[in-house]
This record gives sequence, structure tokens and C-alpha cells, in this order.
Amino acid sequence: MALSNSFDFGRPQPSFAEKLRNINWGLVLLLTVLAGVGFATLYSAANGSWQPWAAKQALRYGVSLAIMLGVAMIDVRFWLRYHSAYVFYGVAMVLLLFVMLHGRLGMGAQRWIDLGIIQLQPSEVMKIALVLVLARYFHGVPPEEIGRPTRLVWPLVLVLVPAVLVLKQPDLGTAMMLVMSGGAMFFLAGVRWWKFAIVLAGGAGAVPVAWRFLRDYQKNRIYTFLDPESDPLGAGYHSLQSKIAIGSGGVFGKGFLQGSQAHLSFLPERQTDFIFTMLAEEWGLVGGLVLLALYSLVFIYGFAIAFRCRNQFGRLLALGITVNFFLYVFINIAMVMGLIPVVGVPLPLISYGGTAMLTVMFGMGLLMSVYVHRDTRIGRFSESDG
Amino acid sequence: MQRENNRAKLLTRRAVLLGGAQVALLATLAGRMYYLQVVQAGRYVMLADENRISIRLVEPPRGRIVDRFGVPLADNQLTYRVVLVAEQAGDIDSTLNAVATLVPITDIDRRRVHRDIQRKHRFVPVTIREDLSWDEMARIEVNTLELPGVSIEQGLTRFYPFGESASHVLGYVGAVSEEELKQLGDDPLLELPGFRIGKNGVEKAYDLELRGSAGTSQVEVNAFGRVVRELAREDGIAGQEIVLTLDMALQDMAARRCQAEQSAACVVMDAWTGEILALASMPGYDPSNFAALYDSMKDDPRHPLSDKAISGTYAPGSTFKPIVALAALEAGVITPDTHVNCPGHYELGNSVFHCWKHGGHGSMDLHNGIKHSCDVYFFEVARRVGIDRIADMAKRFGLGGKLGIDIPGEVAGLVPTTSWKLAVKGEKWQQGETLSAGIGQSFDLVTPLQLATYAARLATGRVVLPHLVREAGIMRQPPGEAKIAFPALQVAAKDVALVLDGMNAVVNEQGGTAYAARITEPGLQMAGKSGTSQVRHISQAEREHGLRKIKDVPWKDRDHALFISLAPVNQPRYVCAVVVEHGGASAGGGSVVAAPICRDLLREAQKRDPARKLPDHPFGPPSTTVAQG
Repeated sequence: MALSNSFDFGRPQPSFAEKLRNINWGLVLLLTVLAGVGFATLYSAANGSWQPWAAKQALRYGVSLAIMLGVAMIDVRFWLRYHSAYVFYGVAMVLLLFVMLHGRLGMGAQRWIDLGIIQLQPSEVMKIALVLVLARYFHGVPPEEIGRPTRLVWPLVLVLVPAVLVLKQPDLGTAMMLVMSGGAMFFLAGVRWWKFAIVLAGGAGAVPVAWRFLRDYQKNRIYTFLDPESDPLGAGYHSLQSKIAIGSGGVFGKGFLQGSQAHLSFLPERQTDFIFTMLAEEWGLVGGLVLLALYSLVFIYGFAIAFRCRNQFGRLLALGITVNFFLYVFINIAMVMGLIPVVGVPLPLISYGGTAMLTVMFGMGLLMSVYVHRDTRIGRFSESDG
Repeated sequence: MQRENNRAKLLTRRAVLLGGAQVALLATLAGRMYYLQVVQAGRYVMLADENRISIRLVEPPRGRIVDRFGVPLADNQLTYRVVLVAEQAGDIDSTLNAVATLVPITDIDRRRVHRDIQRKHRFVPVTIREDLSWDEMARIEVNTLELPGVSIEQGLTRFYPFGESASHVLGYVGAVSEEELKQLGDDPLLELPGFRIGKNGVEKAYDLELRGSAGTSQVEVNAFGRVVRELAREDGIAGQEIVLTLDMALQDMAARRCQAEQSAACVVMDAWTGEILALASMPGYDPSNFAALYDSMKDDPRHPLSDKAISGTYAPGSTFKPIVALAALEAGVITPDTHVNCPGHYELGNSVFHCWKHGGHGSMDLHNGIKHSCDVYFFEVARRVGIDRIADMAKRFGLGGKLGIDIPGEVAGLVPTTSWKLAVKGEKWQQGETLSAGIGQSFDLVTPLQLATYAARLATGRVVLPHLVREAGIMRQPPGEAKIAFPALQVAAKDVALVLDGMNAVVNEQGGTAYAARITEPGLQMAGKSGTSQVRHISQAEREHGLRKIKDVPWKDRDHALFISLAPVNQPRYVCAVVVEHGGASAGGGSVVAAPICRDLLREAQKRDPARKLPDHPFGPPSTTVAQG
């Protein structure tokens, strides 16, 4: 098979011990620090108690960390062999459909599958699967062919089908993230600027159509976003209380365990999507900026790993993961500060929640895998593999 | 290879652009943080405080009402109620069942508890039962471990140690009605749930003084309104203590004497100062329990709700005769020696007016006319002086107008004149009506308070006005040294002396109508005048059939018995007026039924004369008085 030929040049695979040494322990430390900030914030969210959130979150981080290291050990070429990226994507898609049908069958709107130890959200899994499958696809597209519109049909399908499914859940935030990280992959793969312009124009044209597909509560969120103080006790409550909490934190914050907005229950969802609010209330501008700096270090690691990598798949994967991580951070913080409408996107590593933690760490595992296997050269396989 | 490198370069270029975009977006986030946490921080700090800080009113303790010696008549009593916090209790019904084994709970209580739990937040205590006895409270307290969510709360309720004895003077307190809220304006206390204001009597008249002013408590609340902690507290100003002129021992005695009758009112007053020592109207009500008693009282023919001492109006009957005599003396139409023969009846035109004494009194002068209360004598005197001069004299003695006593509900009564009749009835005054007025049986209407004031003005020759609340700091002085604030009455002192001489004879001379009710202790003797106020006109037919025996007359048709009195007779100091509703069927009721009450009260008043026996009162220290309730 031509395929095996094309994989085999380059340096021999590093040993397990080498791999372990090659793991980017600085990044592991950074992630652990971020997760630690999360534990502290959850501890405060429970009014100074490890229960019910912080302890469980720490446990999850431990499990996720192991999974991350495991993923980091997997040869990055694995995701190109046996169509494994597509299999992963396919599994995510099946889960997504399952949740949807399950909801249809009268269980009410559910976004997760209860696995006992974890409530798995297929839409979260899809975020990673999409990056993986797009990286694989674009890895296989010769640069001169990237300009062919026919080459873009398949990846568009890969992005849009899960996005539509997620939107129908309805989960506007995740759908947005899927489209944006997909778009970023297209952009990195070298798709021409003007094509993005066309899509954007088309998207703008589709807004009135899309508007009709939005649920009332989603529309309300957008109305509320446009004028949050019009309904301070109703739809605007989350947004307004969140801004009050952040703003009243001031430069240095109210102090650990001292956030009045959070501890007196004025903050909704303070342990999940609005956790940044609580952090900013208790630690102030300083705390918020430190957190942004920590996240920025993760992005920098991501970019550095991508630039250091010698194969296109690894570069695309690393950047895709990093963009995806960035989108989590940006959408969540922008939302709680009232820059964009309220959508359900958690703050990675900090918000309480199993699937998000797991998928983020799985993504970080892939990023590390790219780093561990950075010198692996992977030939572009023939089109027939795609 | 070249292709691969180009691709890598393209990706790197694009990645740099993407990174640049990310930097821009992160900068946006940082800028937004700066905007919220630095530029707008002040506003959001304020909004956060508005969220969490709630100002609650603290109810000040209501002022006490005490008698002239400091005996508490209205006080605040610690009460216990058992409350349930729904979120701490498991099953509401089983918890209530458990409580019911300790203190009785009615089905109404149960329904109310369930309803309140539905309506309120689950952390808000809901009252299961109020007014627990000490035992009940203790039983709950001992068992609180087995009763999750159940606890005892303390509160202050208004308590009246003397029950109905002074009910009409004190009044009662009740919840603020919608109308009162509109009328009484902007005291924030009025909107406090459970806040009570004075509804009658001194409680109402001095409500503002008694109320005090609200304190505030700054509390931190969470999003559901649950109080987390108190941040600051400013205690309000407690209500002022009101010192009444009442002497509770005398008041209690007056109340008990009146209570012995079906329906009666009485006023004992210091003639020189206008201080009311006792003002009773019976039956009364227990002000501690007014709301519960209201329904049973409102249709009672004995009118327990109204203060008959200030709002009950009665024909003065013979108690009016001294005024008629004074008017005649002043007009010069009689002298003390003017004699009128009483054959038992008096003829005017075609009408015959009967004296109360069937066979007549014979020849009567002023002294004997008053002493025997001879109707025929006063028919003649009244005819001579005329109604308008009688009315003028009556008004000088405080009849026919409000006296301005400092509790609400006082009525003016009525003193008729010719012009009054023309204006109100549209008819000319008839001379026969003057004759009736001469014995206090025309249109005149007086209150017991007016009768007492009238007696006080006779006793002192001053325009005495009654009051119930002592002015702070002024202790009463004996009459000789008293700073007499009241202006002199414009009536000749020698005429008053003549009338008082007659009133002395009424009580202290053998044959006087109230001789049986005299005070025998030397120096304490009283003078007085009885009266009988006809409730129902006695028809000619009845006269011909002979008057019915008193027991045959239905209670509500019996005449009222009245008596006015003053003592000691040589230097009058105290006055007393008593009206016993339906206390007698025929003339003499006043002397027989009302005079003994006056006698006992005046004797007691003199014995207790506060100028001599100031701090010595029979109730002991105030604290033990409260505890006995």
C-alpha cells in the first residue's frame, strides 16, 4: 500500500520514556494551576466548602489529567490511520443524534447522556472531533487544490451538520463555537479570504431566516443583550447581576469568600457558566487579568507547539485545539461581561462540569501528543484516503 | 517538499493573523474588565449594596400608661408564639401533629399554616399559634429537638392589667386599617406588619406620644430575601409614658360599683384641678382582648363599646334643679324665702303637672325645695325665670357643650332654648316645656362627665374643665395653695352658697331625699342632688291605673337614676356624678341607687386624698402588678 510508504519516512518513533520526557510539563503545570484556580473558586462558590463542587471537580481533574497524558502518548499518526479521526467524529455524531432522538422520544430537551459517573455532552465531544477530522482532511488536501470549491464541500458538511444538530438542541453557544473553530481551520488551511467574505455575506443574509429558527428564549437573550436593563428581574437578570458582581469587585476585589453577589445568591449559575463573575468579584480586575494571562500562556504554548511541529496535521491539530480553547475562554468571559448574549459556554478548566473538563483535557492531550511527536514527519497521503 | 514548505509558510502566516485576532479579542476582554471594574466600579458597588442591604424598621416599645401613682394600666407583655420554618421541617402535617400533642391547635390554625407556607418563602417563619402560656411555651422548648423547624418567638403585646376596669379611658390598640393609613400619614411604622395603634381612649388620643419612633436595622439579605446578618442597628425612640390623673384604686372601685348595676357610668373628679380620679362606664371590655370580644359586644343593649361617661346622654332630671334655682336667684324672680305651696300637682292652663310626691310637700322654700326635690316648687320657679335664662345658667355650668376632655368620643349633650326649638323643631317654645325643664325633663341631655363638671363648678365657683392626662412634673397641691388656673364662674357666690346649702340638706338633713346615703364620718360629709331621668313618658291612662310596680316594668323601660355630689361639704374638694341606666322605675331612684355609689366613692376619695397619702397605694410596686396578669 502506498499509504504505509508515505508514513514511514522521517525519524524513528521515540521510545515511551523519551515520550514521557518530551511531554510539555510546563503546560501540564499551567493547566494544573488553572484547574487549581477553579477548585478555589468552586470552594468559595460553596461558601467555603469542598462540597458539593470543589472536591468532585478536583477528582475529575485528576482523571482528566491521566486521560490527557494517555492521549499525549498516542502516536499522532494514529489519528490518520484506520480513519480513526472519522470514527471519532462518527461516534460523536451518533451520540449527538442519540441525544436528539432521546429528547424527541419524550424525555424532554436533554443535552447529555447519563453515564452514571459522568453526564456526557456529545456537543462538547464534537468540538474536539471536528477539529480532529478537519485537521485530518486538510492535511490530505494538496495546497494547490485548496482553491477548488469542490474540495470545500466535504469539510463544510463536516462542520455544518453537527452545528445544525447542536443548534437544534438548542445550544446556540456550542453551535457558534463549532462554526467558528471550523472556520478557523478553513482559514489556517489556506482558504481564500474572499471565500470567507462570501460566507459572511451569505451568513448575514441568512440572519432573518435563522432568526425564525431561534427559540423564544434565545431571541429573548439577544433582545436582553441589546438592552439588558429593560427587564432587570426577568431575562436581563443574569446579565445585569453578573455585571454588578464584576463591576463591584473593583480593582482588587472583595476578597476570597467575600463576594456578596455570589454568596447571597444574586449570581445565577455561579459554579458553572458564570464562575468568572465570581472570580472577578472576589479577586477584582487584578484577578481577572491574571486569569487572562494564564489562559494567554496556554494559547502561546499552543501556537508554539504548532510552529515547532514538522507536520501539517500536527500544526492544524495544535492550532485547532488552541483556537477551540480560546473560543471557550473568549465566549464565556465576553458573555458574563455582557459583551455578547448569554450562551451556554463554560470557562475551561474552571467551570464545574465533567464533559467540558474531559474534552478540554482530551484536546490538551492531543496538543501534547503533537508536541511529543513534533519531529514526526507525515507525508500527505493520497486523495483516495480522504 | 517545496510544496510542503509553502504550505507550512501559508499556515504560519495565517496562524500569526489568527493569533493577532486573538490578541485583539483578549485586549477587548481586558478593556471590558477595566471598564466594568474601574470606570463603572462605583455604580456597580452601589448596585451590589442595593441588592444585599435591606433596611428594616425596628418597632419601638409602646409607651406605658400609668395612673397618678405610677401603677401601670397599659403595659407591654412578652408573649410567646410557636412558629414553623417550612424548609427546616420535614413533613408539615406530621410536624403539626407533633406540635398538637403539646399545645392545642385548631383546624383553622392548620389551614392558615398551610396557606402561609404556600404564600411565603420557605425560610420565613410561619406562626402556628400565638399567645402561648408559659407552660405551653416550656413544653415546646423542651421538645424542640424532636420538632425540626419549630421554634418559639417572642413578641410584645399590649396588656391591660386591670382588664375592663378602665377600658373606656384607656381604649385599646389594633391593626392599622387602610383608612387610618391614609389619614395618619407618613410614619413608616404604620406599614409594618402587625403594628398596632391606639383605637380609642388615651391609646388613641395620645397615640403619637405612645408610639415612639421607628428604629432601623440594616440587614444583609440574599437574593431570596433571607436575612443573612445584621450590619447596623439604630434603635428607635421608645414611646413616652403617659401619666393619667386616674387613681386606679378609686377607678377600680368605681368600676366594680358600676358593674354591680346592669349599665352605669360614673365620674370622680378633683373639683379644683379638673383631674379625673375615676371615670367608669360599665359594662366595659377587656382591652387586651378587644378584637375577640367585639362581635359579642356590638349588639349588647347595655352598650359595652361606648363610654357612657362621656358619650351617654340622659335627661338630667332633678339634678338640674340647682341650676334652675341659680338662674331664678340671679334673675331676682325668687329669694331664698320665696314660698311655693305644693299640693302634689301644678296646673298650667289645661295641663296638670305632677309632683313626684303624690300628696305634695306643702309650703316649700329654696332650701326645702332642693332638699325634698319638690317638683311643684321648681315648676313655679322655672315658669318665673323662663327657659332662656335657665339655659344660660346651664351653659355656664358646662352643660350643652363639649368640655374638651382628652379622650375621643365626647358628646355635647343639649341645653334647649326658645331659639333652638324654633330653629331645630320649627316650633314655638311652650311654657309647659319650661316647667318640664324646671325638673330636668324637657329636651336637656347631659353626660355623666358634664354632671361631674357641673358639680365641680358648684363646688369651686371656677370654670373647671376636666382632663385625664396629667401634665408632666406638676404635682397636685391642696386647694388652698393650688395655683388655680380656672377662671371664676360668673355666678354670684352667695347664690351658689344657698344652693349648696340645699344640696347639703338633701344628704345630711333628715328628710332629705338622699339622707340614707349620707357619709357619717365627721369632716367627710358630702352634699348632693339626686335625679331621675324618665325614659318613657308616663301616660295618663297609666296614672289612672296606678303606676306599675318596678319589677313589672321591663328593664329597658325603667328610668335612669342619677346623682351628683361633692365633698367634703364644708370645703368641697371632690365631686362625683353617677348615672345608673334604668336604675329606678319612679322618683327617688337617684337617691336609692346612684347616691350610695357617690357616697362610697367620695368617702374613698377623701380617705385616699393624694395630698395626704401620696405614694401609698394598695397595688404594690408596678412590676408585681404586671406579673399578676
